[in-house]
Amino acid sequence: MSDEKLNNPGIEIPPELSNQIAVTTLDKIYNWSRAKSLWPMMFGLACCAIEMIITASSRFDFSRFGMEVMRPSPRQADVMLVSGTVTKKMIPQIVRLYNQMSEPRYVLAMGACASGGGPFKEGYNVVSGVDKFIPVDIYVPGCPPTPQALLHGLIMLTKKIETEKLSEAEWYKKDFNEEIPVPILGPDLIDPRKYDVIKNHTFNEDPFIDGGLVIDQKQGEQS
Amino acid sequence: MSEEILVSTLPEFDVLYSDFVKKDERNGYEGFIVEPSSLKEFALSARDRWGYDYLSSVTAVDYFPDQFEVVYHIYRSLGGGALVIKVQIPREDPKVDSLYAIYPGSEFQEREVYDMFGIVFTDHPDLRRILMWEGFEGWPLRKDWKEPYYEEEFKPYASRWPNGVAERIEDKNPFGDNVQYPKGFNPETWIPSGEDALYMGLKRPDKLDGVDSEYVVVNLGPQHPSTHGVFRMAALIDGENVVDLKPVMGYLHRNHEKLGERNTFLQIMPFTDRLDYINSMSNNFGYALAVEKLMGIKPPERAEYIRVIMAELSRIQSHFVAAGFLLNDLGAFFTPSLYALKERELILEVFEAVSGSRMMCNYFRFGGVVRDLPEGLFETIRQLAFNRLPRKIDEIDEFLTGNEIVTTRCIGVGVLTADQAIALSTTGPILRASGVPYDIRRADPYSIYDRFDFDVVVRYHGDIFDRYLVRIEEMRQSVKIIQQALTQMPEGPIFEGKSQYQVKVPAGESYGRVEGPRGELGYYVVSNGQANPWRYHVRSPSFINLTSLREMCKNEKIADVIAILGATDIVLGEVDR
Repeated sequence: MSDEKLNNPGIEIPPELSNQIAVTTLDKIYNWSRAKSLWPMMFGLACCAIEMIITASSRFDFSRFGMEVMRPSPRQADVMLVSGTVTKKMIPQIVRLYNQMSEPRYVLAMGACASGGGPFKEGYNVVSGVDKFIPVDIYVPGCPPTPQALLHGLIMLTKKIETEKLSEAEWYKKDFNEEIPVPILGPDLIDPRKYDVIKNHTFNEDPFIDGGLVIDQKQGEQS
Repeated sequence: MSEEILVSTLPEFDVLYSDFVKKDERNGYEGFIVEPSSLKEFALSARDRWGYDYLSSVTAVDYFPDQFEVVYHIYRSLGGGALVIKVQIPREDPKVDSLYAIYPGSEFQEREVYDMFGIVFTDHPDLRRILMWEGFEGWPLRKDWKEPYYEEEFKPYASRWPNGVAERIEDKNPFGDNVQYPKGFNPETWIPSGEDALYMGLKRPDKLDGVDSEYVVVNLGPQHPSTHGVFRMAALIDGENVVDLKPVMGYLHRNHEKLGERNTFLQIMPFTDRLDYINSMSNNFGYALAVEKLMGIKPPERAEYIRVIMAELSRIQSHFVAAGFLLNDLGAFFTPSLYALKERELILEVFEAVSGSRMMCNYFRFGGVVRDLPEGLFETIRQLAFNRLPRKIDEIDEFLTGNEIVTTRCIGVGVLTADQAIALSTTGPILRASGVPYDIRRADPYSIYDRFDFDVVVRYHGDIFDRYLVRIEEMRQSVKIIQQALTQMPEGPIFEGKSQYQVKVPAGESYGRVEGPRGELGYYVVSNGQANPWRYHVRSPSFINLTSLREMCKNEKIADVIAILGATDIVLGEVDR
């Protein structure tokens, strides 16, 4: 939102007060102040975290957009940059960190891995994208995304914030509770929201582990 | 050592110990096969009689359906080639003696083998899963274990090539996600195994000082600003002093080795970039060496020089980052890092020019490099090597080395003696800061490093400060190597033979190792003549250097643990793989 819009909401200001007061809507000033001071959480997972650090450092410098302060504590952070591969061993902690962030909170999935598993998707310890568990606002493609791409993603996030309305904001509603159940590490990752699906298959149908050895005998032989 | 030993020769162990050692005579294999019952005896005499005191790598191969084979690579800390020993054990109820008592550096590697293969190491002090969590179902690297998104044994998968169809792999899994559970599993009654084994494993010595205080366990990480990623340490503290400490890892375990076995040889190359993501060129280098050894090819001259230049540039930027981030950990938050990252950006621009990517270069191929230096880049590198980098290294040195924060917090902290450093299998700057002049570029030269004049940097106190100084001085030596390489570099082809998607790799095994910025980076590749490796293992320096973390942190203050970890300079992609 440009300053021009902020100061000219269509209401006439007396000339003697023209440089002293500004008339605007609450939505605009509220969104403007939030969007221009997004504090990311200092939270790095993998390769993308290095590019995130580079984006924060002098050459690219995302403090130009008000993201000056990276907070290691989730309580003080507005946006979580999920920068890297989300593994099954790590996802309980990520969900817990997300639950600890105060509203309004945003999630930016940085890179292919956080968006959908990326090159490691087939791995047995890899979650196919952080959006399987927590809602994602912005996806930034790349492996890793360049600092320019990350900056673009963050600017898109500020644009998204500017479209929000106080009257519709979910986090001010009465029964708002967006606590996400923390996944459990069992024989494999257990999503507490999917107990029925899991039981349906482990009790009734053939489970996915068949125990059979379907391996080409030729491959097994060593010369 | 009782008798004269010529360092570079390998004794004929099969003749000397003919009762329980025989030569590995399979085609393309090297080393000796030792009877499982005599492993400890043999290792002891290899260490004490023959000077093989440095256990570099422990791994296992699943020769499905015959047997497991545990493979050890042992070196002399004086230099020279490897002693490769193998122990063959049955696939049913696999057990082998732990070498922890002889080589303490095997601790984490044996845990990793247990985690991945289910091979039990008897007499291991703390045999738990290390990369996966306790309670995980199955042993992932066994050939008869299938991941939830299993499609086929080997790539390229029929569903994708030659006629690819667009489909979501989630739809093929009954749970619609990357998970699988054993039959009859009920998630509602599942009780996670918890972390008692970890906390009880911390050694609580009897109180001697008479002060009535309690031991407290402090968890640092996995989300902690000082741990350089998703790394966790469980520290047992008495007041402010660390009594015992255990690293907990696996939060970034990306199944590199399982994916590697599914991929073709060339497809692994971009994955190696993502191991030590600060330093992709050296990762490429090690893997290319290992496969080239199997294929029996050598890159042309110009490619060798380009490789060396890139690997050394990579080392410089990695050490810049290490020096800058060490200061972060000491409390000089981010200002020194900005100076370091500024120089790193210049080197990344060189990488981007040659490979198209800043960080994930994927630049090396078997038999050369993927493309020649673009026009004008030679001059850029020349400017960097002869002008800018030497000045800037001096600048960092001048700003930081005499700095009060650095001297007070680093000198005499986190000491590791030379004997400990060798026994705990540390590599790279940590080993050299403890007074062991072991640098693979000298000790066991690869590529064309024997042509260059450079010093192996060594310091003798073994504390954080010496590790930092070793890194600073190594940057200067790297600049020196680049300068020589630039002067000697010939014109000519950059690739041997014709480039192809599927390389033919003869059956056999090979171990390629390079001196990466963090130490010995080794790749153990077993091929059975097919398009995919049968076994692909990464001996990662960051992971194995962490074995010594407990020794370094004992009796230090809890605040110094952060600095010690910073000086260990780990990269989590490589620790967890």
